[in-house]
Amino acid sequence: MRKNLIRTLVLLMVLCLPLAGLAENAVNVYNWEDYISQETLDMFTAETGITVNMMNFTTNEDMLVKVRNSPSSFDVVFPSDYCIERMIAEDLIAPIDFANVPNMQYIDPNLLKPTYDPTGEYSVPYMWGTVGILYNKTMVDGPVTSWSVLFDTKYKNNVFMIDSIRDCLGVTLMYLGYSMNTRDPLELNAAKQLLIQQKKDGIVKAYQVDETKDKMVAGEAALALVWSGDAQYAIDLNPDLAYVVPDEGSNIWVDGMVIPKAAKNKENAEKFIDFMCRPDIAQLNCEEIWYSSPNTAAIQLMGEDYIGNLTMNPSQEIIDRCEFFMDIQDFIQIYNAMWLDIKSA
Amino acid sequence: MSQSLNLPGWVFWLLGLMLLGMVLLALVAVRRTNGIKRSYFSAPYTLWMVLFTVVPVLLIAYYSLTDANGAFTLDNFKNFWDSNYSVNQLYAQMGPEYAVLIQRGTVNIGILAYSLWMALLCTVICLALGYPAAYFMADREIKIGSTLVVLFIIPMWMNFLLRTVAWMTLLEDQGLINGLLKALGLHGAQLMYNDGAVLLGMVYNFLPFMVFPIYTSLTKMDSRLLEAAQDLGADHLRTFWRVTAPLSVPGVISGISMVFMPSVTTFFIPRILGGGNTMMFGDLIENRFLTEGNWNVGSALSLIMMILILISLSVLRKADPEGEGGGIV
Repeated sequence: MRKNLIRTLVLLMVLCLPLAGLAENAVNVYNWEDYISQETLDMFTAETGITVNMMNFTTNEDMLVKVRNSPSSFDVVFPSDYCIERMIAEDLIAPIDFANVPNMQYIDPNLLKPTYDPTGEYSVPYMWGTVGILYNKTMVDGPVTSWSVLFDTKYKNNVFMIDSIRDCLGVTLMYLGYSMNTRDPLELNAAKQLLIQQKKDGIVKAYQVDETKDKMVAGEAALALVWSGDAQYAIDLNPDLAYVVPDEGSNIWVDGMVIPKAAKNKENAEKFIDFMCRPDIAQLNCEEIWYSSPNTAAIQLMGEDYIGNLTMNPSQEIIDRCEFFMDIQDFIQIYNAMWLDIKSA
Repeated sequence: MSQSLNLPGWVFWLLGLMLLGMVLLALVAVRRTNGIKRSYFSAPYTLWMVLFTVVPVLLIAYYSLTDANGAFTLDNFKNFWDSNYSVNQLYAQMGPEYAVLIQRGTVNIGILAYSLWMALLCTVICLALGYPAAYFMADREIKIGSTLVVLFIIPMWMNFLLRTVAWMTLLEDQGLINGLLKALGLHGAQLMYNDGAVLLGMVYNFLPFMVFPIYTSLTKMDSRLLEAAQDLGADHLRTFWRVTAPLSVPGVISGISMVFMPSVTTFFIPRILGGGNTMMFGDLIENRFLTEGNWNVGSALSLIMMILILISLSVLRKADPEGEGGGIV
């Protein structure tokens, strides 16, 4: 009896060996948490026979450190604009062969040669969005129009901030009338003092990233600094919530798909990127994660649901008051130091 | 730019040579004694320790004493004492109008002091809760003692991150406890996102490490000593103070060190239950490595942490020189 068991186990192990060999035909994807529809990944594997190994990160900064240290572990990465700029400067990513990405034709032509990738060789836009305030209409008086609510002691212990350096400091700089890409330590210091004051006043309930959307749905806080897709996800589940991009302006961003120079499966990576640009796939992803799509054909498929939605499809007037993050290079040291001062205040 | 390529090539050669040397030594030893001695069975363990404990510690020491280009420097330790040490130099270079920004940063020292304080509180609470628990579990007259032991162990089969996240559903404003309070007509209370919640998470996670060493030392105790004390006229309280308590000291010492060490280096719990409002030393080190990608300062912080733990261990060792509490100290 026991001998049979051992034989079966050994047989199973031997049978698994070729399976492990098959798994070699894979693509290693490094993506944000909750940022893709599992259905599209299953479809990709069913159609191409390529296994998707999905790994997740929470902030651009974490992602960048990881890609620098083990560049060959990833075939496709999903960094934001300013990080793509940084990765090009550090020679971390390779140009994409667009002959293998025919679905690129569906991408909005305005996004093909962005400032962060001026030649348009290195990245394919995946989603874009804004940073704004998600608030609970039953807990906040009147419509929100300004960042000032985030610093109002009326909302003591009622505000969630994003646990991310550039986003937190960026909107505070914007509120103070400075650029989100400032390299003036004095301006940055003013933003730091304001954020420390906000924390000392007990306004901040928590600094977090992926937890915020579900907590806002549950009514854990009145206001939260969020990315637009998280806002739309939450609004869909709780009609008391609303999203606004304040009048002072905010951050607009594009997350692209890039291929690290040291990627082991470049061909699979291009197949994956192409697949993600296919209109029906882009639609599935957009409807799952609720960010804005750069895919014009997918937008046509989604119709009025998408076009009429101000969170996903902000007006030109909103877009015009937003600013892209730029790579601030070595100045990030000062951002890092100030951020630690805030977090440990 | 890549941090992992910072190591000079000779480090890898040295590692290879060390491994080769160990294999050769083993072969020579086997040959000399014409066979395999029992002590050779410890070779895999020694190899494991060297590879995964000694070498990493040496690497941390190497990173902490070098800069991003691999040149020797003490700046990482200066950055520990003054967390603005590097940026102050930048301000000074940028011009006189930025001189107002130059001041000593107390981030590292402040977080270290906070972590030590929280760890101390956690240890004291664990001892206060854990000793009576262990005492009852070890009492032969209490029938459910062994059941309690099992109940203490079962949650440890689950991952600690999961257990910590589970606390969130209990403590939230709209969570189970507040829901119950409100259903009873009482005011809800803010239970999460503060130091108390962090402390609760720590005590919850580390309590078994206090209970089990004490439990072991109490069950090991010779019960005839208690009978003798009672025969000689000592009451329960006196028996406890003169016999049980002194005999359980090794367990207590072991428990203290097993709770204090992980408490000081706690991370993740402050982020989940404290809402990231406070950082502990573990979070700080994680931030230096993973968010900033500054392995050099991160290593210096880790090294300082290790030295502090070594000092506290040697102090505790004085209290239990025989290592009777399981020899952990």
